[in-house]
Amino acid sequence: MPDLTKLLFGRLTLESLPFHEPILIGTFAVVALGGIALLGVITYYRLWGYLWREWFTSIDHKKIGIMYMILGFVMLLRGFSDAIMMRAQQAIAFGDNMGYLPPEHYDQIFTAHGVIMIFFVAMPMVTGLMNFVMPLQIGARDVAFPFLNNFSFWMTVAGALLVMASLFIGEFARTGWLAYPPLSDIASSPDAGVDYYIWALQIAGVGTLLSGINLLVTIVKMRAPGMTIMKMPVFTWTALCTNVLIVAAFPVLTAVLAMLALDRYVGTNFFTTASGGNAMMYINFIWIWGHPEVYILVLPAFGIYSEVTATFCRKPLFGYASMVYATVVITVLSYLVWLHHFFTMGSGASVNSFFGITTMIISIPTGAKIFNWLFTMYRGRVEFEIPMMWTVAFMVTFVIGGMTGVLLAVPPADFSLHNSLFLVAHFHNVIIGGVLFGLFAGINYWFPKAFGFRLDRFWGKCSFWFWLIGFYFAFMPLYVMGLMGVTRRLNHFDDPSLRIWTYLAAFGAFLILLGIGCTIMQFYVSFRRRVELRDVTGDPWHGRTLEWSTSSPPPPYNFAFTPRIHDHDAWWMMKKYKYERPLDGFLPIHMPHNTGTGFILGALSFVFGFAMIWYMWLVAALSFLAILVVAITHTFNYDRDYYIPADEVRRVEQSRTELLASHV
Amino acid sequence: MSDMSSTMTPGSGPSEKLLFHEARDVHTANGTLLGFWVYLMSDCLIFACLFAAYGVLGREYAGGPTGAEVLELPTVALNTTLLLLSSITYGFAVLEMQRDRKNPMLVWLVITGLLGAGFLTVELREFAHLIAEGNGPQRSAFLTSFFSLVGTHGLHVTCGILWLIVLMVQVMKKGLIHANKRRLLCLSMFWHFLDVVWVGVFSFVYLMGVLP
Repeated sequence: MPDLTKLLFGRLTLESLPFHEPILIGTFAVVALGGIALLGVITYYRLWGYLWREWFTSIDHKKIGIMYMILGFVMLLRGFSDAIMMRAQQAIAFGDNMGYLPPEHYDQIFTAHGVIMIFFVAMPMVTGLMNFVMPLQIGARDVAFPFLNNFSFWMTVAGALLVMASLFIGEFARTGWLAYPPLSDIASSPDAGVDYYIWALQIAGVGTLLSGINLLVTIVKMRAPGMTIMKMPVFTWTALCTNVLIVAAFPVLTAVLAMLALDRYVGTNFFTTASGGNAMMYINFIWIWGHPEVYILVLPAFGIYSEVTATFCRKPLFGYASMVYATVVITVLSYLVWLHHFFTMGSGASVNSFFGITTMIISIPTGAKIFNWLFTMYRGRVEFEIPMMWTVAFMVTFVIGGMTGVLLAVPPADFSLHNSLFLVAHFHNVIIGGVLFGLFAGINYWFPKAFGFRLDRFWGKCSFWFWLIGFYFAFMPLYVMGLMGVTRRLNHFDDPSLRIWTYLAAFGAFLILLGIGCTIMQFYVSFRRRVELRDVTGDPWHGRTLEWSTSSPPPPYNFAFTPRIHDHDAWWMMKKYKYERPLDGFLPIHMPHNTGTGFILGALSFVFGFAMIWYMWLVAALSFLAILVVAITHTFNYDRDYYIPADEVRRVEQSRTELLASHV
Repeated sequence: MSDMSSTMTPGSGPSEKLLFHEARDVHTANGTLLGFWVYLMSDCLIFACLFAAYGVLGREYAGGPTGAEVLELPTVALNTTLLLLSSITYGFAVLEMQRDRKNPMLVWLVITGLLGAGFLTVELREFAHLIAEGNGPQRSAFLTSFFSLVGTHGLHVTCGILWLIVLMVQVMKKGLIHANKRRLLCLSMFWHFLDVVWVGVFSFVYLMGVLP
C-alpha cells in the first residue's frame, strides 16, 4: 500500500499544504472564494459553452491575443501582490522588528515576483499585442499556423498555473528568478520549489518558442501584396525582430533548464563542482538567453511608442529607415552583451572590457530611437490622449534607466554596484518605464480596435498619474540606497537611517496599487459607458496603419478583400486617396476550424509538469503518453478549414456599411 | 474587377485612382516548410548548447575514465554508416514521392526506419555497456556531457522513427495527397538535420574524444 501511494502521489503529502502559514491560508481563502464566485457567475449566465466554443478553442489570432492579455493582467495582480508584500516587509523590518515575512517565505516571494513579472506578465502581454495587432497591420487573415497559436497560449497558461499552484501546494523556489546553482541544485534546494520553477518555465517556454516561430513565419510569408519589408509598420518590424530573438534565445533556456533538471533528477554533473561540473556555465547560458529576453520584451514596446507617436502627432514617423536599422542593430547586439550580468565572474580585464563596450554601444541605436520620437513630436500636432501620455512618460523615464544602465556597463563601477539595490532600481526603471508603460500605451491605443469602444479617459489619466508618480517614489529611493551599498534581496535592516528610503519606496508601491485599482476601474467604467464610447468608424484615433481600416472589432476574417499596399502608413494613404470600401464582389473566405486540441494538450502538460515536480512517476508517464496520443491523433485530422460563404461576408460588410452611413 | 489589379504606380498623385485592395482571392504562400526550417534552427541551438557544455566539460574526468578509455571507434563507425545510409534511403523515398509512386516510397521509408532503429540499437548497447561498467552520466562531468549530447541526438532519432511510422500510416490511409507530401518533406528535413548533427557529434565527441 505505501508503495502504491508513493507511485501515485510521489513525495506529495499532506504536509506539503501550508496549514501553518496564516498568510497563505488567507490568500488561499481569497483566491478560492474569488474562483468559486467567478465559476458561479459563468455557470449562472450559462457561459461555459460560449467560452469553450468562442474563446478556449478559438484559433482566431485576435481572440488568442485578447486571452494572452487577460492572462498577463491577472498575473500582474499576483506579481504586484508579491511586490507590495516585499515593500511592506522592508518598510517594517528594522532593528528588533523582524517584519511579518520569515526569510524562507520572503525568498519565495522575490523569486516568484521576478519569474511571474517576466514570464507570465510581460511575455504574455507582449505576445498578446503582437498576436492581435501584427496580422491586422500586415493585412493577413490569421497567423501562419493558427492551431499552433492556440496551443502556444494554453502551454503558457499551463506554466502560469504551475506557478500559481506552488503558492498552495508545496513551495516555490527560494533562489532568485534565475535559479543559479549551486543554490538551486538538489543538495541546497531539495524541496519542490526549484522543480516548480523548472517545469513552469519549460512548459511555458514551449509555447513561447512555437509562438515565436509562428509569428516570424507570418510576417515573412503573409504580408499583403505590395508591403515590401521596408514598408512594414514599425510595430511589425519590432515584432519581427522580437520573434527572431525568441527563436534564437529560448532554445538556450530550454537547454540550460534541462541540464539543471538532469542534475536534480538524475544526478548528473553539469553544475556540480565536485565531479568536474561548472556552475558558471549555467550563469553564462542563462544570460545568453536572459539578455536577449530583455530586448524581446522592450522591442515591441518601442514599436508601440512609434505607432502611438506618429498617430498622435499627425505626422509620419521621423526617420523610418533609421528606426528599422536601430531595431535590427539592437537585435544583433543583444547577443553580444550577456557577460555584463556577471562582470565579477573574474574573466579578466579584456573580456570585461569587450562586454562593457558592446553594452555601451547598445545605447547608440536606442538613443537614435529616442531622437526619432522627439523629432516626430517636433512641430507635430501633439494630442495628449492616454497612449501619448504613456509615451512621453516613457521617454523621460527610460532615458534615466538607460543612463544608469550605461553606468552599470562600466566594469569597475559594476564591481561595486552589482547585486545592489542600484541594479534593482535600474532594471525596474527600464522594464516598468520601457515595457510596462509601452504595454499600457498599447492597451489604451488598441483597446477600441479589439472591443469596439474606447477606454474611459478620466480613469485612464488617474491610472497613468498614480503609476508614474508611484514608480518614481518606489524606485528612486532604491537608487539612493544602492549607491549607499545596500544589497538586494534583504528582508531585514539593522541601520535605522535607511528607514526613510524604504518608507518612500513603500509609499510608491502604494501609489502603484492605486494606479492598478484605477486601471481596473477604467475597464469597468468603460464597459458601463460602452455605448457612449463606441467606435463606429473603426478608426478612432485617425490612425495610419492598416489595422484601422477594418471595423472595430474586426470581423473574423479581418479584411473582406486583401489590401494592396503602396507605401508605409497604408491606411493614411488610403484615406488621402479617398479610398472607398468595396460594396460587392465578395468571395468566399478560406478560414481554419476551431479545435480543442490545444486546450487538452495544455491541460495534460500541466498534469505532466505537476507529476514531475512531485515525483509521481506513474501519473507523469501516463500524462506524457496521453500528450503523445492526443498530438498524434490531431495529425490524423485533415479536415481543418472551411469557407465563410460570400453571402455571409456580404452580410457582415453590409451591416458595417449601414453603421458607417448612420454615423457620418 | 480583376483587371484593375495591374494598374498602379506609386507616387502618381491623389488625382489618379490607386487600387487599394485585391479583388481576387489572394493565396498566401504556405509557410510550413519555412516554419519547420526555423524550428530546426532553434533545435540546432539546443544542440549548440550541448556542444558548448561538452566543450567546457569534455575533459573534466573527476578521476573517472577518459574518452580514450571508454569510446570505441569501430562501434561508432558502424553507427555512423547506418545513419548516413538512412539519409540516402530517405532521399530515395522523396524521389519516389515526387514520382507519386506510393509503394516504392513506403518501402524506402521502411528501410530508413530500420536503419534508424539499427543506429539506436547500437547506441543503446554502447550506453548500457558504459553504465554497466559504472561509467554512467553521474560518474563525471565528461560523461554527463557525453551522455546528454549523444543521448539528445538519440532521442531525436527516436522521435523521428515514431514520426516516420505515423506518417507511413497516414500515407497508407490517405495516399500521397498534398498535406502528406508536405509532412514527408518536413520529416525529410528533420532526418537530414539529425545526420548533420551526428557528423558534429562524431567528429567532436568521438574522433576528438579519443585523442589523448
